[in-house]
Amino acid sequence: MNAIREMIIKEFLQLSRDKRMRPIILVAPVVMTVLLGYAATVDVKHVGLVVCDLDNSPESRELVERFTNTGTFEVVGDVARPSDIDAYFDDARAVLAVIMPRGFGRDLKKGTTTSLQLLADGADANTANISLNYARQITIGFSQNLLVEQLLRRGGTMRIPQVAAETRVWYNPDLRSANYMVPAVVAMILMLLTATFTSVAIVKEREMGTMEQLLVTPMTRSQLMLGKLVPYVLIAFVDVILVLTVAVLWFSIPLKGSILLLFALAGLFVLTTLGLGLFVSTVSQTQQQAMMTAQFFVFFPMLFLSGFTFPIENMPVPVQVITYIVPLRYFLEIIRGVVLKGVGIETLWPQALALLAIGLTVLTLAVSRFQKRLG
Amino acid sequence: MTILPIVRKEFRQIRRDKRALGILIFLPGFLLILVGYALNFDVKHVGVAVLDEDRTPESRRLAEGLTNSEYLEYTWSIRDRSEVDAVLDGAQARVVLIIPRGFSHTLLSGSTATVQVLVDGSNPNSASISAAYMLIGIRDYSSRILTEWMDRRGMEIALPVDIRPRLWFNPELKTAKFLVPGVFGLILLLSTVISTSLSVVREKELGTMEQLKTSPLHAYEIIIGKALPYVGIALVAATIILLMGWGLFDVTVRGSLLLLYGAILLFLLAGLGQGLLISAVAQTQQVAFFLSVFSSLLPTFLLSGFVFPLKSMPWLLQGIGAILPTKYFLIIVRSIILKDVGFWPLWPEFLALGLFTLATVTISSIRLHRDLSS
Repeated sequence: MNAIREMIIKEFLQLSRDKRMRPIILVAPVVMTVLLGYAATVDVKHVGLVVCDLDNSPESRELVERFTNTGTFEVVGDVARPSDIDAYFDDARAVLAVIMPRGFGRDLKKGTTTSLQLLADGADANTANISLNYARQITIGFSQNLLVEQLLRRGGTMRIPQVAAETRVWYNPDLRSANYMVPAVVAMILMLLTATFTSVAIVKEREMGTMEQLLVTPMTRSQLMLGKLVPYVLIAFVDVILVLTVAVLWFSIPLKGSILLLFALAGLFVLTTLGLGLFVSTVSQTQQQAMMTAQFFVFFPMLFLSGFTFPIENMPVPVQVITYIVPLRYFLEIIRGVVLKGVGIETLWPQALALLAIGLTVLTLAVSRFQKRLG
Repeated sequence: MTILPIVRKEFRQIRRDKRALGILIFLPGFLLILVGYALNFDVKHVGVAVLDEDRTPESRRLAEGLTNSEYLEYTWSIRDRSEVDAVLDGAQARVVLIIPRGFSHTLLSGSTATVQVLVDGSNPNSASISAAYMLIGIRDYSSRILTEWMDRRGMEIALPVDIRPRLWFNPELKTAKFLVPGVFGLILLLSTVISTSLSVVREKELGTMEQLKTSPLHAYEIIIGKALPYVGIALVAATIILLMGWGLFDVTVRGSLLLLYGAILLFLLAGLGQGLLISAVAQTQQVAFFLSVFSSLLPTFLLSGFVFPLKSMPWLLQGIGAILPTKYFLIIVRSIILKDVGFWPLWPEFLALGLFTLATVTISSIRLHRDLSS
């Protein structure tokens, strides 16, 4: 036990000697949380709109007004010819263009169908899709109003069947992106610190040649390993508390579930990431290799294949199958479930079990490889 | 020409570390495949659970009409309101449609019937898109009911506006076409920033910087000599990404290749400047690596318009984004690859990249010069 303590103290001393490391460990996670909280928004606002009103009637102007009233669209150009729209798409000033043909108002008054062209710049597929959806909703609303007006004018007090939808959003009623992203940052930081930092810390001893010195001490191999891993686990949990505090106080993210459960399951998750970090350290010679391997072959794939920003159900089936071995996937379901939905272990036990299984497998493999390499 | 020996030394060092070289060259392709297949904003196959309390032909027609597309899928049938919680909690469905008792009766008597749509908002992007699909579907159903009703009464009506949406540049709305240029920027920046900063800091950490100091070379010669090989490697990586993007994701370069490579080179120099700046500050590789990741990966991922639309962000973040080279590079690359735009509409972006490079290289060579001559 003593040996491990000494090793942990040594590791902390080493970390604190590097003055630039402290801000990285304590400030960077907070900065990341704030950045992601504000920046990771997929809300579509202030979309550039080009209007090409060939009709210039009260009706066409009313429709344009409906577009700008919502705050989603901002008119960036008013062009006289459809061919002038290109320039706005070329340098990405506008995403959507609406063309109202000549006779738009006249047709509407006559009660015949008139056409409306919506052009979207598909280069930014997501924004284009959302903007088109908004535009269609606005136009359908406009169209239905006109229809009802016409019918009322024709039939006086006629009865009209209609379906209205009452939409309610659960868990995140204001549809705030921060509620979705910030809990995920907790997971990301846990992973970054436990997988990347540990692998680098171990390889550093090797690169500097100090590993030999550690090996000739009376410490056993497992003590040496634990002494290297524990400091980063401690730091990681301090950071989790830090980030959760920022999340609740700054972003007022509702923490609906049990925080104890969250920590317990985070412990399970850390098993898997420590195992991966250890594994990376056994296949790397230099810090540079360790960092790149950890970052690019562990961190990135996990981030992309976990549903961090991109929903798993949208991925092609073979890729979806791969996500089942990504531990972060389960931990994200856990943390989002606990924080946003307030669900407990009765809903989350399959995820917890998966983490445990993956964790034990990876850790056993990594530890045996690590022991072999030292021997 | 004095930098040639340094370039040769650095190349030899890179060649000796086969794995780092392999990572630098093959990583881009790996990430491209990952991003191209896994990252997808398209919201499709959203699970819809239906609670049909009405159980009439009308209610069934609404439920079937809504969920019979590639966007919304009927996944669950709920019998009772008390089950709604469990279905959303366990994520068996993202959307619940509740058709109340008396739905068809209200409709057939000619008044407004209300249905409820419950959406799981935990992922706001998917939630708002699925809600929009539902609303569009319901309105569509509503106008069909209306026209049939008028028909039966012998009145002919036409729907006032016929919408003709058209998409340019990326008609199938493939996210890959949007993201591939983004991956391009991300990977190029990451590999140049990380490798330049690490290669300089490693000399510091291992103490070999002292040896270089005693050489007759000027500080900036050493630095540029060290960084150039990485620019070369990144150019190879860029070509691999372009070929793979074309082969796997059907992303063809519509604009001028020459202009594209010009932009890539300028962007690589910007990344080099950023890496040098970091190496001037950091003393250990660990620090250099994390500064590189924080200053290139996160901002590129978040603030450049790679994934999240810039215009929706608070102005302060937009301001930070405006300092970063990636934002300009992405605009240039997307415009050239997807839209065949020439140099003139893009000159402000080129200028911004040039200024960034000039500023970072100047500041870092002043700092490193001070370090070296102290």
